[in-house]
Amino acid sequence: MKKLLLLLCLSAGMAPAQAAIEAYDFETPQMEADYNKLINELRCLVCQNQNLSGSDADLARDLRRETYDMLSEGKSPDQVVEFMVARYGDFVLYRPQFKSSTYLLWLGPFLLLLVVLFFLVRRLRGAQAAVEVDAANLARAQKILENKEQNQ
Amino acid sequence: MNRFAMPLLAFVLMAGLLGYGLREGYDPKIVPSPLIDKQAPAFSLAMLEQPSRALSTADLLGQVWVLNVWASWCVSCRAEHEVITALANRNLVTLVGLNYKDEPADAERWLQQFGNPYATSVIDRDGRVGIDWGVYGVPETFVIGADGLIKYKHIGPVTHESLEQKIMPVLKELLG
Repeated sequence: MKKLLLLLCLSAGMAPAQAAIEAYDFETPQMEADYNKLINELRCLVCQNQNLSGSDADLARDLRRETYDMLSEGKSPDQVVEFMVARYGDFVLYRPQFKSSTYLLWLGPFLLLLVVLFFLVRRLRGAQAAVEVDAANLARAQKILENKEQNQ
Repeated sequence: MNRFAMPLLAFVLMAGLLGYGLREGYDPKIVPSPLIDKQAPAFSLAMLEQPSRALSTADLLGQVWVLNVWASWCVSCRAEHEVITALANRNLVTLVGLNYKDEPADAERWLQQFGNPYATSVIDRDGRVGIDWGVYGVPETFVIGADGLIKYKHIGPVTHESLEQKIMPVLKELLG
């Protein structure tokens, strides 16, 4: 019973994930794939944390229509992206282009990883050095322990 | 090194970053337009008052003009109507309305009810010109120079404050 309730609650949240999508006829499977890829990667400007495919906003519908029309006219997906960026800026891209203003965005995580690795290596080396010092004394300690056991 | 130094540094950095996101006058909903200082997208649209006649961007070349995107279904447009009217009454620039995704009959009724501040309004029934201008929420207001370049874009309702502090300085500079 509990499982059923949980399932119902979870499925209730699923419904709005895909907003009402218009039925478009595609001439080729390639065009359909391009269309679906574009509306998943382009961002809706009205509900700003949704992509075009997930948004039910009026503007999102218009931009889906624009995307479909451009692809029907034989334009390439890159041309559609260019069209959107010219009007709405880089904000419409969920996958930002790699250029001077976005270097930090793309490379930042790797930079952070390098910094963390640097500190990690330094720390591990320090720990190893400390262990080596102990090793020098290890023989002595063992000797003392052995003597103690013999005495008992 | 004091064992509190690193956590404190991390905290200060984080607080600084979050504080930057909360700075005054910053609204993450406002998407800066890539069209600033670019040629205004061309249109030729039927006038609301005389649908048989068209107004095009070419007709407006050589003068400073303001394009205000509005619709009868837009509640914020009602809020800014008084401010837009105040701007129109100064007779400084040609004020063009872009009636965005609206029923012309509703639009005309709206203008009759609240008053018509526009020199003319043009009909963008399917919102395609709106897309060309990068409109994503009504109302929006553009200032276009005599050279046909978009000089300023205001997103959302214009208030008396934003009219005086943002739009008027741009207009004054353009009008010399």
